[in-house]
Amino acid sequence: MPQEYRQILQHIDQPGYTPALECYLRHGGYAVLRQALALPPRTLPGGQVLSGPEQLRQEVMVSGLRGRGGAGFSCGLKWSFVDRKSGKPIYLICNADESEPGTFKDKQIIYKDPHQMLEGMIIASYANDVHLAFIYIRGEFVEGARILNRALQEARAKGFLGRNILGSGYDLEIHVHRGAGAYICGEETGLIESLEGKRAYPRIKPPYFPAVLGLYQCPTIVNNVETLCAVKHIVARGGAEYARLGTPNNTGTRIVSISGHVRRPGYYEIEVGKVTLGELIHDPAFGGGLREGRQLKAIIPGGSSAKVFKAGETFKLKRRGPDGKESVQEVALLDLPYDFDSLIAAGSMSGSGAIIVLDDSTDIVAALANIADFYAHESCGQCTPCREGSLWMAKALRRLTHGEGRPEDADYLAHIADNIPGGRTICAFGEACAWPVQSFVAKFRDEFIARGAADAKRRAASGRETAAPSGPPHPATAAALAQTPAE
Amino acid sequence: MSEIRPLEPIPSPLREQPDFAVPPALAAELDAVIARYPQARSASLMLLHAIQEQFGYISRQAVEWVAARLGLPPLNIYELVTFYPMFHAAPVGKYHLKICRTLSCALGGSHQLHELCCTRLGLDPRQHGPQTTKDGKFTVEFVECLAGCGAAPVMMVNDAFHEGVTPRRAEEILGGCS
Ligand SMILES: Cc1cc2nc3c(=O)[nH]c(=O)nc-3n(C[C@H](O)[C@H](O)[C@H](O)COP(=O)(O)O)c2cc1C
Ligand code: SF4
Ligand code: FES
Repeated sequence: MPQEYRQILQHIDQPGYTPALECYLRHGGYAVLRQALALPPRTLPGGQVLSGPEQLRQEVMVSGLRGRGGAGFSCGLKWSFVDRKSGKPIYLICNADESEPGTFKDKQIIYKDPHQMLEGMIIASYANDVHLAFIYIRGEFVEGARILNRALQEARAKGFLGRNILGSGYDLEIHVHRGAGAYICGEETGLIESLEGKRAYPRIKPPYFPAVLGLYQCPTIVNNVETLCAVKHIVARGGAEYARLGTPNNTGTRIVSISGHVRRPGYYEIEVGKVTLGELIHDPAFGGGLREGRQLKAIIPGGSSAKVFKAGETFKLKRRGPDGKESVQEVALLDLPYDFDSLIAAGSMSGSGAIIVLDDSTDIVAALANIADFYAHESCGQCTPCREGSLWMAKALRRLTHGEGRPEDADYLAHIADNIPGGRTICAFGEACAWPVQSFVAKFRDEFIARGAADAKRRAASGRETAAPSGPPHPATAAALAQTPAE
Repeated sequence: MSEIRPLEPIPSPLREQPDFAVPPALAAELDAVIARYPQARSASLMLLHAIQEQFGYISRQAVEWVAARLGLPPLNIYELVTFYPMFHAAPVGKYHLKICRTLSCALGGSHQLHELCCTRLGLDPRQHGPQTTKDGKFTVEFVECLAGCGAAPVMMVNDAFHEGVTPRRAEEILGGCS
C-alpha cells in the first residue's frame, strides 16, 4: 500500500497547529538550529579541521538532496559552487515565488508552518556564511508576507535571528521582499534582478551564475522553500540517514501537488520514487482516481512546462533489479516511479512536483491553447525566439480553438516550438514554453490535424476558400494579447 | 503645397494626482524599508506596493516621489509599473476580483466563474483584462495561476484567496461585498 510520508508536512493541517512561534516551539521547533550552531569543529584523520558550517554543507552533500524548485539540481553541489574566496558577502535567497502552473505546495508551508521554513533558512545561511538573506515571495501572497513578517519578528525576539543568534556569535538578518505578479521572477536570475529593484529580466549565463555573480554581483544561493525545509530535516537526521529515504539518487521526501481531473486533488508528501505516477493518480491515499465513467487521457507530470504524457504510453528504461544488475525494461506510464530520473528517462520531468491530470472529457487543443496563453503572457520579452514564438504559438492555438484552424497548423506549431529552445534564449523559459507545444502536438497529432481539417472544410463549404493566412501571425505585444478578448 | 500633419498627441499612461502627499508616518516606515537593503534601488517594488496600498494606484507624482526617495531617474520606477502586472496606473474597484485563468482552474470551471462575475456586474465576459464597473465598486480580471490549483477554481478578492468557488459560493462572495 503506497502511503504518504509526512516529514515537511508533519504538522501542517493538524488540528490546533498554528503558524505562531509558541506552537512551533511546543513541537520541538528550533532544536535543530540549536544543534547546528553548537557543532564543534571536527578533526579529520588526515589532520584537516572541518568547521561546523563545513560539516553542515557536507551533510547536505551526502544527503543527495535535489532542488525542489524545478530543475532538480543537487543542493550540495550548488552550495559547493559558491565563491567563498572573493571576499564579497554571500547572500541567500529563498525562492517563494511559487508560480509554475499546477504547483501549490510552498504556499502550504508559508501560510501554515512559516517557522519551519525560517529554521531551514537560518541553518542554510549559517552553513554558507551568509549574514543577510531574503525571502522573495510572489506578490499575490499578501497574507503570506504578513505571516512571514510576524514569524521573523517572533524569531528575532527570541534570539533565533539577529545578532549573536542563541549566543553562538553568529549574526543573520532575513527580510521579506514581495514580487508583483510576474512568473519570470521565479527564474533565479530574473528573481535577482527583481530583488535589485529592476524589471525581472533573466541574466545570461555565463557569466552571471548566481553562485559567483548573483545579487549585487556577489555570490548568491537561491533555493526553493521546500528545499530549505528539507535542509532542516537533513541536519536533524544526518545526511546519510536522510539519503535512506526515497530511492538512490532521488533521495528524501517531496511534496507533490495534484490537480485537474482527480477525485482528491491536493498536496501529498511522498518518499521520492517510492510511489508511482499511477498510484498518485488512482490510489485512495492520493488522487483517488478519476471521476465516474471517465478514462485517463493525459498527464502533465511536473508543472505546465513539463512535456505531457499520453495515457497508455510505455517507455524503455534502464532499471536495476534486486540483484543489482541493470537491464532495460519496458515500463508503462502509470508504473513510472515518481522521481527525478525516471521521468527524465521517460522524456519529461518531475519539475516542480505538480501533476495535472486530464481525463477523456478534455479538449486537448483547448488545453494546450490555455497553456500557450500563459507563456505568451509571461515571457519577459528579452529574447526574440521566446517573445515572438510564445505569441505565435498562442495565436495559432487561438485560431485552432475558434474555428479558424488549418490542417497544417500542427506542423506550424511544431516548427515554431522547435526553434525556441536549445540555447537560443537567455533563460529556460524558452524550453518551458516550447516543451508543452512540442509534446502535445507530437502525441495528439491526429486531434490537432483533425481540428484544422474540420475548420478548413467548414470554411470551404461556406465559400470562404482562403484559410487564415499562412506564415507567422503579425507580432503584437504580449500585453495586447492579454487584453484582446478571445474571438 | 504639402503640409506637415502632426499626429494626435499620445496621452501619458500615468495619471495626474496633484494632491499626492505621503503621510510622514508612512514616509518614515518606507525609509526603514529602504535601509534594509544594501542598495536603495532594491526597495522599489516594496515602495510601490506601499504607495499603491495607500492611494489605490500609481500616479505620475507617485512615480516621481518613489524615484526621488531612491535617488533614481523616474524612468526606473515607471518601467516597473508597466512591467509588473500587479501595479496599476489607474484606480481599480473597491473590490478587485482576480480569477485564475490557468489550466487546472479552467478545468475546474474558472471560465464559468469569470462569466458569472462579469454578467452579475454588467461587465463583458469576453474581455479578459481588467474591467471596472461604472460605479467604481468592482474590478474583475483574469490572472494566471494563483498557486491554489488543487481547489479550483480560485479567485482573489483584494488580498484574500477563495478556493473551490462554486457558482453558489461566488454569489455569496459577491453578495458580501458591500
Ligand atoms: C521560468 C522559470 C520559472 C521558475 N519558477 C520558479 C518558482 O516559482 N519557484 C521556484 O522555487 N523555482 C522556480 N524556478 C527555478 C529557479 O530558477 C531555481 O532553479 C530554483 O529556485 C532553485 O532552487 P532549488 O535548487 O532549491 O530548486 C523557475 C525557473 C524557470 C526557468
Ligand atoms: S527566454 Fe523568454 S523569459 Fe527567458 S529571458 Fe528570454 S524572453 Fe525572457
Ligand atoms: S491553475 Fe488556478 S490556481 Fe493554479
